[in-house]
Amino acid sequence: MLTILFDGVAYGMLLFILACGLTVTLGLMNFINLAHGAFAMAGGYVTVIMMNRYGISFYWCLPAAFIVSALIGLVLERTLYQWLYQAPHLDQVLFSIGLVFMAIAATDYFMGGQQQLINLPPELSGRMDVFGVGVGRYRLFTIIVCAVLAVVLQLILSKTRFGSRLRAAVDDRRVAMGLGINVPVVFALTFAFGSGLAGLGGAMGAEILGLDPNFPLKFMIYFLIVVSVGGTSTVSGPFLAALLLGIADVAGKYYVPAIGPFVIYALMIVMLIVRPNGLFSRGSR
Amino acid sequence: MSAVQQETNVTAKSSTATAESRAAKLMKRRSRVRFYEIIVWIAAIAAYFLLPSKMLILTEIAILALFAVSLDLVLGFAGIVSLGHTAFFGLGAYVAGLLALHYVAEPVTGLIVAGAVSGILGLLTSFLILRGSDLTRLMTTLGIGLMMAEVANQMAWLTGGADGLSGFSPGAILGLFEFDLFGKTGYIYCLIVLFIGTMIMRRIAFSPFGISLKAIKANPMRAGMIAVPARKRVVTVYTIAAVFAGMAGALLTQTTSFVSPDVLAFHRSADVLLVLVIGGTGYLYGGIFGAVFFTLIKDWLSVITPQYWMFYIGMLLVILVLIGRDRLARWVEYLPERFSKKEDGK
Amino acid sequence: MSDIVLETRNLKRRFGAFLATNDVSLKVERGARHALIGPNGAGKTTLINLLTGVLPPSEGQVFLEGEDITSLASFRRVKRGLTRTFQINQLFNDFTPLETVALAIAEREGVGHNLWKSMAGYDRIVDEAAALLARFGLASVMGERTVILPYGKQRLLEIALAFASKPRVLLLDEPAAGVPEDERHEVLSIVSDLPADVTVLLIEHDMDLVFSFANRISVLVAGALFTEGTVAEIAADPRVKAVYLGENA
Repeated sequence: MLTILFDGVAYGMLLFILACGLTVTLGLMNFINLAHGAFAMAGGYVTVIMMNRYGISFYWCLPAAFIVSALIGLVLERTLYQWLYQAPHLDQVLFSIGLVFMAIAATDYFMGGQQQLINLPPELSGRMDVFGVGVGRYRLFTIIVCAVLAVVLQLILSKTRFGSRLRAAVDDRRVAMGLGINVPVVFALTFAFGSGLAGLGGAMGAEILGLDPNFPLKFMIYFLIVVSVGGTSTVSGPFLAALLLGIADVAGKYYVPAIGPFVIYALMIVMLIVRPNGLFSRGSR
Repeated sequence: MSAVQQETNVTAKSSTATAESRAAKLMKRRSRVRFYEIIVWIAAIAAYFLLPSKMLILTEIAILALFAVSLDLVLGFAGIVSLGHTAFFGLGAYVAGLLALHYVAEPVTGLIVAGAVSGILGLLTSFLILRGSDLTRLMTTLGIGLMMAEVANQMAWLTGGADGLSGFSPGAILGLFEFDLFGKTGYIYCLIVLFIGTMIMRRIAFSPFGISLKAIKANPMRAGMIAVPARKRVVTVYTIAAVFAGMAGALLTQTTSFVSPDVLAFHRSADVLLVLVIGGTGYLYGGIFGAVFFTLIKDWLSVITPQYWMFYIGMLLVILVLIGRDRLARWVEYLPERFSKKEDGK
Repeated sequence: MSDIVLETRNLKRRFGAFLATNDVSLKVERGARHALIGPNGAGKTTLINLLTGVLPPSEGQVFLEGEDITSLASFRRVKRGLTRTFQINQLFNDFTPLETVALAIAEREGVGHNLWKSMAGYDRIVDEAAALLARFGLASVMGERTVILPYGKQRLLEIALAFASKPRVLLLDEPAAGVPEDERHEVLSIVSDLPADVTVLLIEHDMDLVFSFANRISVLVAGALFTEGTVAEIAADPRVKAVYLGENA
């Protein structure tokens, strides 16, 4: 029981890292980016290639995954995404679905359609016993890393100049421009950072979530749930939403395997009806 | 009343009368049959005679076209971006399959029942898309689609699970026309359903109801201020669209004698969006043009690169959006509006 | 006891900490030509939005002919005879003026839900739309797309659209703004020609227009009702002048 809770928390934390970039693009920049999972997949495959082909340590792969995904994000933002910020939502949906399809087919072409496996370093594999609860070492590692990231993220957004610029740019583009904030640069950096986090999440999640070319589609709905349930006005909202989703999903698959996903989707729809602005949003906007 | 006043009254009256007769002409012109509409149906019939070996792909086009035209009611008219339209298509497909397997093999019955059941699902789920932004609607429709896929997958005792439904063959249409090996009957059957469906939806498009939908899409606040009950209209149109999507699904089942869980897969919802966007939204025939183009391209790609055609479909989407789908879809406006001599309302 | 058609009771609307409408209790008599004036940012448009259901109030109620309509959707209020024009044109860009007005009439006549009969088949509606458009000088452009019309024509369509609903209470939010000088009087004379039992609530900045048109004036300042009276009373009120001069100076 506690083990399930623990696994759920680890899973939820991962979802948060994967989805929090989307919170910004979708929630704050108002861009429906269904291709977010593709950036996560990129991070995952970077790890797989580095570890399995070149035997590089897992710990080096994580920052590499972040950087590669962030770079891909940056390039795509500058070349493609930036033209569509003002486009109708339908265009954004079509565009990002197109990217997903391309990513899936390209990954399939280069890497094959099979599940990718990575060998974790020995100190991260296996379980250990904490107060009588069986705890996966790797899951504990995931929780710690993700928790640290969440705190850092919160600090960046609320305490630094970049955070306040981003909030200003998002609140009112024109005013922010008038204040001398270079909005395109802020957006590009934010997009890159969000993509990088997704890549990191993808790298860490390769073990827990699995990794194959269909990754972006399989987890698209989960990312969207985190954002829509968590709302976009805070960091803690998506964080809590991701935790809840993680626990519910793990518990659902364990206790009611037949209808687990069904329950998740149903809950999401109910949520959207009852609180269209997100479960943890402050007031109505 | 002075003479001058009388005179102005008379001119005012006559100018009102001219305005009225012009208005009547303009209104009629709106809904008259366009040149391209006739071409479409002639081409569809001609294909039957000219391409006897291509019946299967023609059938596929007709089914996809009906599916896309039904989505146009939701997207092009009411302005609702749906990522789960295949929920209705898939439900219709399964209903038709189950009906043929266990109860009635006659296709038209199956078609109607499938449409009705999908319509009920549409009616029930329409209330979920009334609130919120584009994003929440997107999520809700996506969620419904995924739920349906999950249900079909889990209720294996009914749906055959991952193996799908097979082992049934459709009876003769209305007890008269047997399906043949070459799919000729199948094509004519699908074409007739597509024709009737399109004509019904066309009629809806030019009715006050259809115009009010476009008003809701164009400016919901103003629509409310001229007394358009937006929610009621959305519920109605979503239900109608679900009926036709369900029928399209039933056609697929009946012409292939097989239902696979693929009918509920996400890529179908994405495909049908693409089809509609290629052809252009908001005038129904976009679904038909798009279906022809999409099916031919997909067919061509899957010959060249059987495994990776998805890449090029994705690329097509991206390019389409970046170039501007409005510009691309406007080609149809350059077609001559009428085949007879053009009479202007002026 | 006079015949009150439109009434608000302690109406409040907050935007965050900002109180855009502050405890407004307004009464409008049947058949009145009632003007609502006040400096920029006084909350006039917000008040209209609250009256027509575009915005929900934070507190308070709205009554139409004695019935509480606070929680009714806009379209239901229109059905009960309350409609408005918008300060900034709210039109259907791709519609022609003819389609726009015909739809409004169809909804008024309760045939908007008909999905089988073509709009062209409703002769009476099309005729009425044409006549209305002719009255507003829009006959020559009734087949053009709205978005390509000059601003003045769009403005006239905005007003014609409100007329198409045959309101019993009509709220006009700066109707003359952007209308060319020579057509301005046309617009107001059409408004003045409305039957005597149609109530008009007018927001307008042009004081000459207000004084010539209205028979009662309410002054709104900083979201609250500042004062109210007949045209003569308001014109003579030094405080009103101060409010306006203070703003204009």
